[in-house]
Amino acid sequence: MNDIIISLQNITAEYDGEKVIENMNLDIRDHEFVTFLGPSGCGKTTTLRIIGGFVEPTEGDVFFEGKRINDVPPFKRNVNTVFQRYALFPHLDVYDNIAFGLKLKNTPKEQIRIKVAEMLKLVNLEGYESRNINQLSGGQQQRVAIARALINEPKVLLLDEPLGALDLKLRKEMQLELKRIQQALGITFIYVTHDQEEALTMSDRVLVMRHGKILQNGSPEDIYNEPANAFVADFIGESNIVSGVMHKDYLVEFAGVKFECDDKGFAPLEAVDVVIRPEDFKMVSVDEGQIVGKVESITFKGVHFEIIMEGHGLKWMIHSTQSREVGAMIGLTLNPDDIHVMKKMEETL
Amino acid sequence: MRVKAAAYPYVAWALLLIAIPLGLIIYFSFTDSAGSFTMENLIQVGGYSNVLIKSVWLSVISTIICLLMGYPVAYIMSRSSAVTARTLLLLIMLPMWMNFLLRTYGWMSILENNGLINQFFGLFGLGPFEMINTQGAVVLGMVYNYIPFMILPLHSVMTKIGKDVIEAAQDLGAGPVKVLSEVVLPLSLPGIKTGVIMVFVPAVSTFIISQMLGGGGNQLIGDIIELQFLGNAYNPNLGSAISLVLMLLVLLIISVSGFLNDDDLEEKLL
Amino acid sequence: MKAFARTYLGVFMAFLYAPIVVLIVFSFNESKGRTFTGFTGKWYAQLFSDAAVMDALFTTLVVAFTASIAATVMGTAAAIGLEKMDSRLKSGVMKLTYLPIINPEIITGVSFMLLFVVAKNVLNSVGIPFQFGWITLILAHITFNVPYVILNVLPKLRQMDGSLVDAAMDLGCNHWQAFTKVVIHEIKPGIISGFLMSLTFSMDDFVVSYFTTGAKHQTLSVLIYSMTKKRVSPEINALSTIIFLVVLAVLIAVNLVERRNINRAKNARKERQREGGSFR
Repeated sequence: MNDIIISLQNITAEYDGEKVIENMNLDIRDHEFVTFLGPSGCGKTTTLRIIGGFVEPTEGDVFFEGKRINDVPPFKRNVNTVFQRYALFPHLDVYDNIAFGLKLKNTPKEQIRIKVAEMLKLVNLEGYESRNINQLSGGQQQRVAIARALINEPKVLLLDEPLGALDLKLRKEMQLELKRIQQALGITFIYVTHDQEEALTMSDRVLVMRHGKILQNGSPEDIYNEPANAFVADFIGESNIVSGVMHKDYLVEFAGVKFECDDKGFAPLEAVDVVIRPEDFKMVSVDEGQIVGKVESITFKGVHFEIIMEGHGLKWMIHSTQSREVGAMIGLTLNPDDIHVMKKMEETL
Repeated sequence: MRVKAAAYPYVAWALLLIAIPLGLIIYFSFTDSAGSFTMENLIQVGGYSNVLIKSVWLSVISTIICLLMGYPVAYIMSRSSAVTARTLLLLIMLPMWMNFLLRTYGWMSILENNGLINQFFGLFGLGPFEMINTQGAVVLGMVYNYIPFMILPLHSVMTKIGKDVIEAAQDLGAGPVKVLSEVVLPLSLPGIKTGVIMVFVPAVSTFIISQMLGGGGNQLIGDIIELQFLGNAYNPNLGSAISLVLMLLVLLIISVSGFLNDDDLEEKLL
Repeated sequence: MKAFARTYLGVFMAFLYAPIVVLIVFSFNESKGRTFTGFTGKWYAQLFSDAAVMDALFTTLVVAFTASIAATVMGTAAAIGLEKMDSRLKSGVMKLTYLPIINPEIITGVSFMLLFVVAKNVLNSVGIPFQFGWITLILAHITFNVPYVILNVLPKLRQMDGSLVDAAMDLGCNHWQAFTKVVIHEIKPGIISGFLMSLTFSMDDFVVSYFTTGAKHQTLSVLIYSMTKKRVSPEINALSTIIFLVVLAVLIAVNLVERRNINRAKNARKERQREGGSFR
């Protein structure tokens, strides 16, 4: 357990009397790439700002390498941040922005020059030293922001939706770039995003948050394949979520049909949520189908078709490489491991 | 260290040099020269109601003339190119940077009985016409000095009316007159409101323009106040009472107009 | 339409500049009368040898610069503090701040006079010397200048990306360093325009100075007022001409600087677009 670098214990944060974070407990290990994922207002940025020292928790303790740092101001924490809109200093050029932290520490000039050059190389911006900030593109500004934070050799880098302002192509490029930098430096990255794809691509571990609570804490594969509840399932990729009843272990009923499944441990006749990924349906003939219905619409999505089918009083979303006519009757089947049964959430979505 | 503490020196300053002085006006209004409570001052203000009415009346006329004269200027500016508009704006503001006493003095030279206009008419054996020391001269002085305060807010509102809005109106069949009456005019109402207040408030409280251009016979409420503090009539208690009435009148007009409720208040005040 | 607009603007500008042209022309007039009898520069010579005018000019400059600098420092600090204050308290302070701006000038002037009269009586009775003069002028000018500084700086603070301060502290700045190394650069335009506004309002002010000036030193505007009471004094014309030329020169200079800045910003934007497109 010695490699735990940051530990949040019983953290509660209030803003204007409203709880933004509720009793959060979390350990983050050294060298880890951890992502807080959730919709806006879920408390992910607040959690990051608590770690950075910009927000004081109303209750609970923050530990850094085992030492309580609640009262340590941001400028004394060995943590640096890449801000959402970069927060580059417009009155300084690229070089002075990156050198900012070292100059404050009165580092010798020559050493600053060497380190800045190193950083520019790391983020692929060699030769940009004397550029003005407003002469840079969004992607370049992003790189400067990363270099400016990393030059201080933080043990932990906090990234607050750093790619949010970039266009899709650049965002994908930067995702790989960030992962490369994190692996090259071997430091801890704590990343905040609302983009599930971004979270799954880069992270060692994803924390799905909602209403100030962590709903699920696991590897990207776990989160995608075994969502803890309907909210996570819906948030991570597109899903069909229907109400069902668990008859006994490995037998669930939904849409008026009983299905074999892989889940167990529920009370007899417990009401549950059933989640099915649209790509997991197999389209078959009407006779073979466990669920039968009429194709309502079909949209070409590039890699696949998105079919909306109405059947058993519900609408189903199907992703398939095969097309069907609107109005055609089709059947659907499911394998037991395609059916994800989960406890009902206490609140409605 | 709490950042908001940076404001404390100013807060103390504002209490001492903004709040207390205004409090003193109220205190002096309700006391006599010995310092005991009286309503006498406020009752005496009633005796100056005709002066007050005249001040308001001349200011209203000046404000209307400023609006009628200034609106076309602002409209023309908003429809010209950026460079032209900028140059015009500079030309309108340039005289403002010169002390208004000097500019008003300039008008004296023009309007006097042996001034330039009467000299001109004299060439044809006409006149001299009595121009200085009339109400008309006072109104002229007010219009001249305060018309930039009308044009600036109108201009800033009108330049925000997008070209696309006007083009849309034209596309829908509005001619120049309709564009003006159905689109530009309603959209420039906030500017009109600001301009009216920014002209009316200094006009109603002036005491120089009336002295310089109106002669002795056109005293306004500002002149009466001045007389109580720096003139022969020295009576700060009465002066305070008149000031209080004037201030309440102005604040009433401002609050009725909702002038202070808008979001862009800062922009308007600068 | 175009022709009408031109004519209208022409007439309007003639109205606006008529008294100024008259002042300038007569500043070179040989005689004191209203007819131009011959060219002379003697009024200018007289003006510069007039001790009262030179003293007033000096007073005006000292008062304006002292008051503007003090107001800029206090107002900038106030704006920064107000921005962090809770909204109820802030709106109360702001209401107080608006008062000198929306109140008729004569009332502001009169209220200062009352304050200083009371202060004089109180202070003199306990043996502290206090009288109308430099000190009252400067106090009054600071007071009506600070609101303009606050109103110029506050919007800049609001426009500033709040995470810049976070970033500065994240990189090792304490509060004061964050202010001197980052915030002040961001709000500099507001501070400068607040200062310049204060300076021009101070130099131009007549009403407040009139009620707060002492017997000894007058500001230029108060002196001009007493000169206008003498009816015909061509020195005023000479003074007006000089002031007009100074203002004109300053405005042209400011305009040129602004135009250069706009062009520079434009070029920067163009360059960024070029660069942004070619980046891998």
